[in-house]
Amino acid sequence: MKRIDHAEASSKFIRAKDHIEFHDRRLWDLRQKRDRESEAIPEWEELRTLASAIKEHALSNLGDYLEQFELNAVKNGAHVHWAKDAAEHNQIVLDIMQDRGARTLVKAKSMLTDECEMRPFLENRGIEIMETDLGERIQQLDDEPPSHIVVPAVHKLRTDVARVFSETIGTDAKNSDVHYLAESQRQHTRPYFLKADAGMTGANFAVAETGSIVVCTNEGNADLSVNLPPLYIASIGIEKIIPRMEHLGVFVRMLSRSALGSPITQLTSHFRAPRPGTQMHIILVDNGRSERLGMDDFWYSLKCIRCGACMNTCPVYRRSGGLSYGATYSGPIGVIIDPTFNLRKYSSLPFASTLNGSCTSVCPVRINIHEQIYKWRQIISERNQLPMLKKEAMQVAGKVLASPKLYRAAVDAAGSSVEHLPRFMLYNRLNAWGRQREVPAAPSQTFRQWYLKNRSKERVES
Amino acid sequence: MKVALFVPCYVDAFFPEVAVATLELLERFGIEVSYPLDQTCCGQPMANSGCHQEAAPTEALFARNFAGFDYIVGPSGSCVHHIRENLTAIPQTPEVQKVRQSTYELVEFLHDIVKVRELPWASFRHKVGLHNGCSTLRALHEAKSTEISEPAFSKPMDLLSLVEGIEFVKPRRADECCGFGGTFSVFEEPVSARMGYDKVNDHHGAGAEYIVSADMSCLMHQKGCAERLDLPIKFIHIAQVMNGARA
Repeated sequence: MKRIDHAEASSKFIRAKDHIEFHDRRLWDLRQKRDRESEAIPEWEELRTLASAIKEHALSNLGDYLEQFELNAVKNGAHVHWAKDAAEHNQIVLDIMQDRGARTLVKAKSMLTDECEMRPFLENRGIEIMETDLGERIQQLDDEPPSHIVVPAVHKLRTDVARVFSETIGTDAKNSDVHYLAESQRQHTRPYFLKADAGMTGANFAVAETGSIVVCTNEGNADLSVNLPPLYIASIGIEKIIPRMEHLGVFVRMLSRSALGSPITQLTSHFRAPRPGTQMHIILVDNGRSERLGMDDFWYSLKCIRCGACMNTCPVYRRSGGLSYGATYSGPIGVIIDPTFNLRKYSSLPFASTLNGSCTSVCPVRINIHEQIYKWRQIISERNQLPMLKKEAMQVAGKVLASPKLYRAAVDAAGSSVEHLPRFMLYNRLNAWGRQREVPAAPSQTFRQWYLKNRSKERVES
Repeated sequence: MKVALFVPCYVDAFFPEVAVATLELLERFGIEVSYPLDQTCCGQPMANSGCHQEAAPTEALFARNFAGFDYIVGPSGSCVHHIRENLTAIPQTPEVQKVRQSTYELVEFLHDIVKVRELPWASFRHKVGLHNGCSTLRALHEAKSTEISEPAFSKPMDLLSLVEGIEFVKPRRADECCGFGGTFSVFEEPVSARMGYDKVNDHHGAGAEYIVSADMSCLMHQKGCAERLDLPIKFIHIAQVMNGARA
């Protein structure tokens, strides 16, 4: 499978001047709103610690809590299915629908179904699917994956949306008024809620002690998807389990504050049991999560509540866009999750980071994101997945920097050092440095030469 | 106390004046400073690229050069962070551990250990934007970052405030990464340069004549960006300002 070239993709993104400026500004705005919200809660940092502890506890006892959840969900009248991977998940959804003659599905946003590539699977088998989240619908109509886990079409300008809608749902191509566009999508989507055979959501949380699902949304589309059709399917990653209802408040207080800088989502919906005469199916999906749970350095990534704060704050993400990562999950959280799906394909992603650590600082469940990025780099190097150029440059640099003699030979050439030095300091990619930046001027002498001239008589150390 | 001067490779080669200022500044406080002549690098370029095996001999050399000192002080937050948190490619003997624990970034050494309360020789009558490198800010925690809810503090600002005539401007995104990131600057050149452009434009827009930082590598990158953009903004290391540089 082809490696994702993040640098190349980012270069394209940056060339679209209006887009990158809007993208950066919009997400930075969310980051600032998040700061204001978190600063307004005196116990914010303790909340993060508590949320992290609850998640670590739940993950450390995941088997027990999953079984407790299943037991209670079945008691509530739901059907519970277990899917070990994406293929099983998709087949289960298809079977549930076909068994009941269901052909149309209205669905709320779910990263998990994107991860499983469920939509093309079902569409190829005659199921009609309507994404009902505005951003997700824009992306569906444009035949693109979401570029952000909370705001899926954030890389698009309203003029882009006007183009997509005019080509697909017949809006006026010249009218990019956001209210007009949102209302048009709403009017277009409404009839589907009424005629759909099935509705689907993901889950933000699954509560073991009640067997219920919690879905946090802003548009009301999830509630319509669940409450109108006679069949409701919820797809849930197994890491979404929290032990008790009392734990929910900790996460709900932080989720939307971290994501959008709003105190809470418009709706926090609890789905516990099927309405009379309807069916509720819950699919618990593994798809690599158990394996990740067994990884000493990386299991903490399963604490993620998918708020997207790490993406909003990430200076690289804001300037390269989610699609440049070529994966379901982009930004810092994507960088540490994606290699678990395919190390080779996603081997450039852990290098799409300056290791600045801002992602770790905003993470509401205290995932050590940038430290995991650093660790992934080691694994990628150890498993020979570094580009040859980089590996060779590092071998040369390692030899030169380990030898005072070779190092001095490289830098003491003083005036001409700029010709020698960047070759190993900048790793044969001097052109890349100089493409948009000036190269530092070489001084007439190195510090060591200055020191030997001016100080060494008094204090020679070696 | 036995203090060793750690001069990162790129400072030695490109910015000797920063190392000179660091040395002279430490000496102004009556500290006797040694400069181990066989030093090269801390190993960070290889380690940050995932190449631990390739970093090991350089890390071992670093540990040998700096064994036996009470303090090892260097004018670079990211190198110091590497030594303290990530110098792990070699066996962690008591000697190696001691070296790692004894390594300080210049600002924190002056602020926390020397407890500098005045810089009577320093005067810098310019409008200055302070750039805290990400290692300095978030890893060494020398100042409050905007992401964390905690009382405001800033060790570099405490020290710079002792400089006569200095004026501070506030960029809009004061603690956003400038995009250097070591090898990131060349392997992710498009984003790196864009971040650098945004950073220097932000400081310039706030009215900064100088960008001051404890991280010369960030400044090397920002300077390259500003020169390419033809922005009238200058760059100076915090050691030079504290040591009495006038411009």
